Amino acid sequence: MYVAVKGGERAIDNAHRLLAHERRGDPAIAEIAPEQIAGQLTLAVDRVMAEGSLYDPEIAAIAIKQARGDLIEAIFLVRAYRTTLPRFGCSQPVDTGAMQVVRRVSATYKDLPGGQVLGPTFDYTHRLIDFDLAGTTTPAAPAEAAAPLDPAPHVTALLDGEGLIESNPDRAAEPGDLTREPLAFPAGRDLRLQALARGDEGFLLALGYSTQRGYGRTHAFAGEIRIGDVEVEVFAEELGFAVPLGRLRVTECEMVNQFKGSATVPPQFTRGYGLTFGQLERKAMSMALVDRALRAEDLGEETGSPAQDQEFVLSHVDNVQATGFVEHLKLPHYVDFQAELGLVRQMRREQAAAQTEADGRAEADKPAEADDLAATAATLDREAAE
Amino acid sequence: MTAAAYNFAYLDEQTKRMIRRAILKAIAIPGYQVPFASREMPMPYGWGTGGVQVTASILGRDDVLKVIDQGSDDTTNAVSIRKFFQKTAGVATTTATAEATVIQTRHRIPETPLQAGQVLVYQVPIPEPLRFLEPRETETRKMHALAEYGLMHVKLYEDIARHGHIATTYAYPVMVAGRYLMDPSPTPKFDNPKMHRSAALQLFGAGREKRIYAVPPHTEVVSLDFEDHPFEVNRFEQPCALCGAEGVYLDEVVLDDRGGRMFVCSDTDHCETRQAAGHRGTMASPIAAGEGGRRAD
Repeated sequence: MYVAVKGGERAIDNAHRLLAHERRGDPAIAEIAPEQIAGQLTLAVDRVMAEGSLYDPEIAAIAIKQARGDLIEAIFLVRAYRTTLPRFGCSQPVDTGAMQVVRRVSATYKDLPGGQVLGPTFDYTHRLIDFDLAGTTTPAAPAEAAAPLDPAPHVTALLDGEGLIESNPDRAAEPGDLTREPLAFPAGRDLRLQALARGDEGFLLALGYSTQRGYGRTHAFAGEIRIGDVEVEVFAEELGFAVPLGRLRVTECEMVNQFKGSATVPPQFTRGYGLTFGQLERKAMSMALVDRALRAEDLGEETGSPAQDQEFVLSHVDNVQATGFVEHLKLPHYVDFQAELGLVRQMRREQAAAQTEADGRAEADKPAEADDLAATAATLDREAAE
Repeated sequence: MTAAAYNFAYLDEQTKRMIRRAILKAIAIPGYQVPFASREMPMPYGWGTGGVQVTASILGRDDVLKVIDQGSDDTTNAVSIRKFFQKTAGVATTTATAEATVIQTRHRIPETPLQAGQVLVYQVPIPEPLRFLEPRETETRKMHALAEYGLMHVKLYEDIARHGHIATTYAYPVMVAGRYLMDPSPTPKFDNPKMHRSAALQLFGAGREKRIYAVPPHTEVVSLDFEDHPFEVNRFEQPCALCGAEGVYLDEVVLDDRGGRMFVCSDTDHCETRQAAGHRGTMASPIAAGEGGRRAD
């Protein structure tokens, strides 16, 4: 006897209880604290802050704990929290040129003002599992420079001084905000960069990679990658000057791309830009590649590759949207499926009826002579083969 | 850190005002998709964030809310959304279609005809009826502006050429007030005629796609068809096995692995109300009259 299922409410409550139990894991093992996540899984926290669009290591760490380490789930938690926060205004643009760098490398110059600073990087580590990490470790204290680092002006500023790279346009107007206004196409570069900065690292990585393999080639050089702390300031109307709010750790990547010029404008390199919260070098570099690829149309280049198509990129770059819609397929679709079932059954009936009718006709037309039959079969075989 | 106190019905008043403006515009231009600054909601995109934002923006303290998914009040996502509004708005909820002032739905329109004063809020995954014919928003917006809907007619014609009839069974496109082609959300085409000149206000929210559209009460909603291939609704060969209703949409329930099937009302409230009134189908459980047809928890 069929009894319609009720009790979704109790099932949901019990599922949540089980989830909390699984999240905690073995109670004999110490519970992980958000401070440990924020202090020791910093790159995960950085990713959650960047794609969650909220600079708050503490919230990000709790979200990672709550999400059992599922970073997209943690990003979703942070986004849903962020959206409830009031928006007071727009900060002054951060001055990344004045950044206190912890890492700064240029692939275009061997040495340059400010120097090459490797900083805390996985580059040049051999990817061998460090079995010592199975226990507790006390790494050596970091080496310190004898003198403070020299100021590190942007590589692109050095090129710009010679007119070798396109100038960044001055922007007086406040940039758009796609979390407050629906995105319309074509979207300006401000909104595109916002979408990329919030976008999924994996998606951007794949798109950036595709430009390197010929799907919208940009001939990129990593002019500079810098990681460090910058000051955020907001202009206080009552005071008449900007006041500092705090510091952010950011990663900036400036790609120097193949030139553009015309009969009237001498050839210049073009720019691709990436900026993220935290230390997210892979993301910042991918973002810079995709930013440049998305400028193809504005620069009058041939388009047609996925990374150059802003409707394609901007509509699919957000992993919170993507994961929601992909995963909504597990919601019930009984009603639509029933409609499709009905249609498929109807079409099968119609086809079977047509087949029966055709068979009936073939039966009636059957030749009496055995020789003819063999000849017909041969003809049919030939027809089938064609 | 303590949990922040949320505003009535979760969204802040500024956001609600922005959404209500979009709703008013949508009502003023029936069937037109109004872009709105969809917020991130505490449930995933694709799980009803558009409908939830619309409901949150129109809900008042005196409203009575009903939430259905696949016609049923008891499916997990319907339960989850109903709980969300119980928690954040504290409004009264019901499963009875006639008692509700706001009904949020996914994939169905209730069988009980809606009345003036009721609002039906649809959760919409892809608001653009032309999306699977033309993936670009810039193009489809142009097509709507020019009322250039030939592509959809060609698609339906190709169905007929290939299958002998139109092979679209849900999300069947409609013309609203003779102007805008509209996606009715993935409701079965069985429900399309219920939209036509409905006394209720019908609002559609697509959160991920950031669009709101509307069908005001008593508006013409016509399913696309051809003179020689008129629009037809899905038909069922048997009545509901529990309440014996005919002319309603049925769910197919698989009873065993030997081909055993039964068909029951997709609209659970309709089915229960009928059973309570003494209607019985072939497989109804023998409940004493007077005890009512409400199922036990």
